[in-house]
Amino acid sequence: MAKVRGAVVVNIDRCKGCELCTAVCPTNVLAMHEKVNVKGYHYSYMANPEACTGCMNCATVCPDTVITVYRVKEPS
Amino acid sequence: MAELKLEDIIKEENKVFSKTPLFTDKPLSYCPGCGHGVAHRLVLEVIEEMNITDNVIGVAPVGCSVLSYEFMNIDMAEAAHGRATAMATGIKRVYPEKFVFTYQGDGDLAAIGTGETIHTCNRGENIVIIFINNGIYGMTGGQMAPTTIPAMKTSTSPYGRDTQMMGNPLKMTELVAQLDGTCFVARHAVHTPVLVRKTKKAIRKAFEYQKAKKGTAFVEIVSNCNSGWKLTPLQSIKWLEDNMLPYYNLGTLKEDPLD
Ligand SMILES: Cc1ncc(C[n+]2csc(CCOP(=O)(O)OP(=O)(O)O)c2C)c(N)n1
Ligand code: SF4
Ligand code: SF4
Ligand code: SF4
Repeated sequence: MAKVRGAVVVNIDRCKGCELCTAVCPTNVLAMHEKVNVKGYHYSYMANPEACTGCMNCATVCPDTVITVYRVKEPS
Repeated sequence: MAELKLEDIIKEENKVFSKTPLFTDKPLSYCPGCGHGVAHRLVLEVIEEMNITDNVIGVAPVGCSVLSYEFMNIDMAEAAHGRATAMATGIKRVYPEKFVFTYQGDGDLAAIGTGETIHTCNRGENIVIIFINNGIYGMTGGQMAPTTIPAMKTSTSPYGRDTQMMGNPLKMTELVAQLDGTCFVARHAVHTPVLVRKTKKAIRKAFEYQKAKKGTAFVEIVSNCNSGWKLTPLQSIKWLEDNMLPYYNLGTLKEDPLD
């Protein structure tokens, strides 16, 4: 069966570290980085990238629209 | 089978979500986690999808979203506190072929602007009103608003809103749904992916009503003000679900025929 794979790109310096994206990811891909961005916020990143399905939940709730989502069908 | 690498996925042709170009490049001035940002995005995405970018005029309020005209890359005007619907009335009457909307907080729309709001809706001005209800005056430091729910703590009701002394909350959306001038009235929220999608559909519908010249379309968005509520963004979402939503029920209150 073709598996769906996804990936997100976070615009690091525009992330405000609110953590809302991490709470809505059904596969626990996202976490807050231990490093901080130019504004001093811990930013969201893919801690578990293999699990991303590209469902867009994170981007849908991000108040600052800093997440871009990619999705592709992995041929079996 | 070779595993897909990240660089194989992150390619232009695989992009399924990105920021609408109708945002300017300015970082939003809102606190981390504030619902204003998602509400802005949905309005802009609807405008983009309806292909009315050059044919829309927004009216910004006074409140945290006072600078929304800096973030939305469309024609916008800035009204005095509470007067957005009055200004939108004038704009729409001068440019009846333009799509006109207001974007207002609850202090703006339901306190100082109550009169303008009710009369605009009662006249049935052919505009869209987007109403962000976070139960508080965010910009000025979290004072009690007419929309503050019973027992809710704010900087001016530190022991919780006592309705005996401070009066009852005002449900503007229920109120304007009674008026003959409104054609579409709904209450939504933007703190979960499902609710965000529903809110976007409602905003789209509101603009479709304007296109069909049906009267005033009113969409309330129950939102968080984590700073004013003195909670973290995630705590504010939980508080909204546990406290705001039982008081402000989500759903469509009025829906006239569209054709
Ligand atoms: C005529 C006038 N009165 C009072 C104020 C002060 N003031 C600025 S914003 C605001 C309340 C805004 O609250 P709300 O509309 O709920 O928006 P939020 O900041 O929560 O998004 C007030 C009272 C003002 N700017 N002008
Ligand atoms: S796209 Fe979906 S699966 Fe991927 S990180 Fe975002 S919420 Fe998680
Ligand atoms: S929701 Fe957006 S701003 Fe908040 S932590 Fe996630 S990426 Fe950053
Ligand atoms: S004060 Fe409240 S409404 Fe204003 S930006 Fe901050 S969280 Fe949002």
